[in-house]
Amino acid sequence: MNNAIAAADRGYTGRKRRGTLAQVLFRLRKSPLAMFGLIFIVCLTFVAIFADVLAPYPYQKQNLVHSFETPTKQFLLGTDEFGRDILSRLIYGARISLQVGIIAVGIALIVGGMLGAVAGYYGGWTDNAIMRVMDVLLSIPQTLLAIAIAAALGPGLFNLMIAVGISAVPNYARIVRGSVLSIREMEFVEAARAVGSSDLRIILKHIIPNSMAPIIVQSTLGVASAILNAAGLSFIGLGIQPPYPEWGAMLSGGRQYIRDYAHLTLYPGLAIMLTILALNFLGDGLRDALDPKLKR
Amino acid sequence: MTEIQGKFNPESALLLDVRDLTIQYVTDNGTVHAVENLNLQLGRGETLGVVGETGAGKTTTALGIMRLIPSPPGVVRAGEILFEGEDLLKKSEPEMRAIRGGKIAMIFQDPMTSLNPVMTVDRQIAEMISLHRSVSDSEALTLAGDMLELVGIKRERMHDYPHQFSGGMKQRVVIAIALACDPGLLIADEPTTALDVTIQAQVLELMKKLKQQFNASMILITHDLGIVADICDHVAIMYAGRVVEYAEKRALYSRPLHPYTIGLFNSVPDLDEDREELAVIPGLMPDPMDLPTGCTFHPRCTFAAEECSKKKPDVLEVEPGHFVACPIRAGLGLGKPATGGERK
Amino acid sequence: MNDTPYIRVENLKKYFPTKRGMLHAVDDVSFSIQKGETLGLVGESGCGKSTLGRCLIRLLESTAGGVFLRDEKTGADIDVTKVSAHVMKDLRKKVQIVFQDPYSCLNPRLSVWELIAEPLIVNGVYSGRNAMRARIRELMSTVGLAERLENSYPHELDGGRRQRIGIARSLALNPEFIVLDEPVSALDVCIQAQILNLLNELQREFHYTYVFISHNLSVVKHVSDRIAVMYLGRIVELSDYKELFVKPLHPYTQALLSAIPVAKLDVKKDRIILEGDVPSPIEPPECCRFAGRCRYRQETCLKTTPDLKEISDGHFVACHFTNDLKPTV
Repeated sequence: MNNAIAAADRGYTGRKRRGTLAQVLFRLRKSPLAMFGLIFIVCLTFVAIFADVLAPYPYQKQNLVHSFETPTKQFLLGTDEFGRDILSRLIYGARISLQVGIIAVGIALIVGGMLGAVAGYYGGWTDNAIMRVMDVLLSIPQTLLAIAIAAALGPGLFNLMIAVGISAVPNYARIVRGSVLSIREMEFVEAARAVGSSDLRIILKHIIPNSMAPIIVQSTLGVASAILNAAGLSFIGLGIQPPYPEWGAMLSGGRQYIRDYAHLTLYPGLAIMLTILALNFLGDGLRDALDPKLKR
Repeated sequence: MTEIQGKFNPESALLLDVRDLTIQYVTDNGTVHAVENLNLQLGRGETLGVVGETGAGKTTTALGIMRLIPSPPGVVRAGEILFEGEDLLKKSEPEMRAIRGGKIAMIFQDPMTSLNPVMTVDRQIAEMISLHRSVSDSEALTLAGDMLELVGIKRERMHDYPHQFSGGMKQRVVIAIALACDPGLLIADEPTTALDVTIQAQVLELMKKLKQQFNASMILITHDLGIVADICDHVAIMYAGRVVEYAEKRALYSRPLHPYTIGLFNSVPDLDEDREELAVIPGLMPDPMDLPTGCTFHPRCTFAAEECSKKKPDVLEVEPGHFVACPIRAGLGLGKPATGGERK
Repeated sequence: MNDTPYIRVENLKKYFPTKRGMLHAVDDVSFSIQKGETLGLVGESGCGKSTLGRCLIRLLESTAGGVFLRDEKTGADIDVTKVSAHVMKDLRKKVQIVFQDPYSCLNPRLSVWELIAEPLIVNGVYSGRNAMRARIRELMSTVGLAERLENSYPHELDGGRRQRIGIARSLALNPEFIVLDEPVSALDVCIQAQILNLLNELQREFHYTYVFISHNLSVVKHVSDRIAVMYLGRIVELSDYKELFVKPLHPYTQALLSAIPVAKLDVKKDRIILEGDVPSPIEPPECCRFAGRCRYRQETCLKTTPDLKEISDGHFVACHFTNDLKPTV
């Protein structure tokens, strides 16, 4: 049967073609969970960007008359102990959470990716030296590592990103190294060398574009764990400081009132959960959509 | 294609009779017509060579007979597969499991991947035996050792793992597994394609010998007309999911009729002859999702007439047992060779 | 034949270190090729033919020996295995390779246009966009690729077309010498014939020198002027293509020839079925490499390695008993 499918898959020039991105989207569409993830994340990004327009109140505006209000028409998700509108704070919080998630992953990807690519391409003792350091870092639980770095750097948005990012570096180094190793052995790399391509060109033009798939998947999943990690750090007071409405910090602020006013913790908790879930669904969907073996 | 049935062989002598088999793969991008209206007959003790290029539907046919078409996307649309007079397509899954390996065994192309790497070879053969026969474990292992000796592997190596064997030896183990339950029909899918020529010669020699010894019938799927010349009795040439020519080996090699068969012969460089240029079939295999109308070969055919693009060609019997799906070439008669097609 | 060969390979060796010792992939190989000639290199998998091909154009660094390439202009010989990286970059334009697997030798992320443009860009051959466009179009028509395919990606094309892209890439820099590493092994017979014809036409038109590596003897015979048979890293027989098929002298060549399935009936030949498998190329003992499987084995065969000797004009054989083989088994 492979013959027939292979022949079909090989494509016929008469048939219309789709671009790479369109192909991935086409395959992604078949997974409802992944589509839910994608739509959720797109909406969330939209909300984060237009927070100033969308939020009914400024996030820091206190209104002690209305403190601890349960959801009403005026305050759709209720208010917290200072009478601040929870919905507005969640909307502004999305901005911070997404920022932390994406920038932290960016840091991890750049540092880890470079280390991994160098280790994978050159091999030998360079590889050994880099990867053993990564192994040591990997042996420390990621959250613990983030706490240690955050504690050393002190609280604050930027330090939070660095702490979460650095703690994820070993993961990316390993993934990038793995895919560079396998692609380095492919015949088209040898073919590129045969026509006189330089090392740099081979890495940039041949190896990196072909190792993107696993990296994209890992990054999507990585944003989720970075957001979670950041929320965790904020919860224990090492992350964002009040009055900035980080979701983890909101959770932490509301926990002393959890018995009487559960909505203080419920909504930030839900926001974190849904975002993580959406990112994970999207990551899993992308993994399937980007896998050339599943091309049917 | 009704003319074929029951003409060249009395019904009773047939082991396998495939009638009008149509298999499709339904995918998101369209329907692949992998096998269309396929008719094949195989007598007891005979070897049938199925020849064709990648995508001709050879492997699909084999998997169809084994009822191993992956579904989805594969669908058997029509047809009958009569094995010992019973239609395999009507069998239940448990009945099929007893037939697979027991009465019909299959040898796959790549010996490297068809053996389990974490199991010793004698265990793999014994597993096959105990699945189909009621024997104790130790008996099965003894029989496994016998089988290995039969295919030319020393008994003391029976506890080795597949990776300790070379490619040719692995294919021998695969053959031992296939023959372990004394099947009536052996389907070999490109059994020597992954092997070197000298090893291929060894394995083919072995298969010829064992086929006689076990009195089994065999369907040999290959793209190599040389192998067919060596060990087959009948040959079916497949193109784009259809059998375009079916004949006894001698008739086919001395008087190939279908333009595709002739093209196939001419594409192989000849050892005895110096030719600067190989005669090639122009164009490419058609897209199985978008087959040409009428005769699927007509866009590449030098004999094509207008009617070829309109009407599916009838299968005609030009001499007893020699069927060809090309009215034009059949009409020319046997006396006139195609240009460049006559072989010594 | 011209007296000064275009390529002279002298005692070329390529060993790979493994955990169990040195793997002798290419072990002391010498031969020469004339300008415009096709040398066929046959042997079974693992005999070192691909490694040899890669050493010839320095895709692999050789362990010892030299590959001397004659410079047409100066008439001087350049040792490809020893020149500096800088000189090699220039030499790359002259020596090219076509790979076996048209599925893995093309970067799946590049379009046909980008794939063919790569050698031109890397070597900075064309400055103007229009000149490059013209050259790519020219190359595509040379190898028989329709212009409309230029924006296609390799996975959308069949094996034959992909191999044409591979050939176009290797022709882009106007090479003199092309190593063809099993260029048709992954293709169906009909497509195979198309590609073989193309390679033949190209050679006639541009006078390329080919080394054609293959395990398929019929194909090698069809394209080659001379054929070298390799076994376990060594050349065991080298001769004119006709003579090799009519009068094979080495026992291995004889077995190899007899094992080819022929698509004809009534070709009764005495098939020599070789016993056993090719032995391991790791630290091979000092003896005839073929001795273990040879029907004519003598005491001497197990003690000394036979050299490649010229038996008759242009016919080289590496066997102690070329002229009086007596079956011992």
